[in-house]
Amino acid sequence: MTNSTGPLPGYLDSASSEPLHPAAREVLLSALDKGFADPLALHGTGRNARLLLDNARSVLAQCLGVREDEVTFTSSGTSAVHLGVLGLLLGRSRVSARLVHSAVEHSAVLQAGAWHAARFGGTTSSVGVSSSGLVSYDGVVDALSSPAGVLAVQSANHEVGTVQPLPGIFDVATSVDVPVFVDFAASAGRFDLPTGWSAAAASAHKWGGPAGVGVLLVRKGSRWRPPFPVDDRVDPRVAGFENVPAALAAAAALQAVLAERASVNARQSELIERIRSSVAASIPDVEVVGEPTERLPHLVAFSCLYVEGEALVTELDRLGFGVASGSACTASALTPSHVLEAMGALTHGNVRVSLTRDTTSDDVDRFLSVLPDVVARLRA
Amino acid sequence: MEADLELDCRDMRCPLPIITLANAIGDIVVAQTLAVVTNDPAARADVPAWCRMRGHEYLGEDAAQDGIARFVVRRLH
Repeated sequence: MTNSTGPLPGYLDSASSEPLHPAAREVLLSALDKGFADPLALHGTGRNARLLLDNARSVLAQCLGVREDEVTFTSSGTSAVHLGVLGLLLGRSRVSARLVHSAVEHSAVLQAGAWHAARFGGTTSSVGVSSSGLVSYDGVVDALSSPAGVLAVQSANHEVGTVQPLPGIFDVATSVDVPVFVDFAASAGRFDLPTGWSAAAASAHKWGGPAGVGVLLVRKGSRWRPPFPVDDRVDPRVAGFENVPAALAAAAALQAVLAERASVNARQSELIERIRSSVAASIPDVEVVGEPTERLPHLVAFSCLYVEGEALVTELDRLGFGVASGSACTASALTPSHVLEAMGALTHGNVRVSLTRDTTSDDVDRFLSVLPDVVARLRA
Repeated sequence: MEADLELDCRDMRCPLPIITLANAIGDIVVAQTLAVVTNDPAARADVPAWCRMRGHEYLGEDAAQDGIARFVVRRLH
């Protein structure tokens, strides 16, 4: 390994989980010792934990441009999505029990909709996307032309990187008074979240915080009702003992990521552009999927005809590269990615490459130097 | 839908139905049609995607007599 490569040179799966940011590690280690006590306790140790938790909330609120009382820490991003979607649906139960969502939402949104349908007799409507994964504006207009409870839409797609045109979609929802839930997990720390949502959710380990910390935002004045039991602890929206050290580390990571993001975004975006053009030029029968310009800086997906996705992931792993795949053979249910399906993209031979903040130009070049041969061998 | 050639790709896992389709397209002449019968859940997306990438025409989906999905393609070149 040369000095120019990062600490995890072949790890190209930050969209699944970004390595812990050094700033978060430092804060986490210190908070593990200082923030273990019950933030509700009246003793000094408890008060210290409460200070750390309040500090975490305050930093996150500042980073995300929201009020402190709009921030809830959850036990995962998925849990934050469930709470956000279901809480808004409950708040709208007198109007409509229909969840409108884009066809390319994270499965957490789809599962919340299915759960709501089974428990509360709700319905769901899916809005289609373009071949590059952009949510159809006309589709949103059409879906919201009859009574709807909630519109759920992502800020950017976690599998193909397409950034959604949220302001226009927000305008449609506002014009018919339908609250919007935004899953901003894929873009948190990379792009600002535009205003216009009633609830939103993200996950700390996607921006370099620890896993097991989700963030739910509920806009002041929104009709959001707790979908699950609550308790009389710190936060009226969520129950259970707070993970104070992890929350503080998540906040520290986001603060650090925001401070660096102009340069990191620019560097990553250029490396992704290099991958997009090199893959298209050096591999026959390949399709790069997702928006070429309106995209996340750190992520690209492509599909190779006649190759098994699982074989690609396994062979790249053998050569020291960790990538993800949306192909059916890599999923436990053996069904292809609903995102690729909705886009009409090729679902087999799919690879998603997502860069960490430390991925270097050398790392990308090494990956690009082995990839055409890997694909050719698997096709032989 | 009528087809000039039908491929039995039942119980094949992706991408085998598409590889079988690609190998068989040379067995029909231009403007003839070919049907892929498969229960591979990826085929619903991948047969149309293959047609787009390889420049052939995707005619649509129906079902074989046993209810298994059948995807029909027209050779264009």
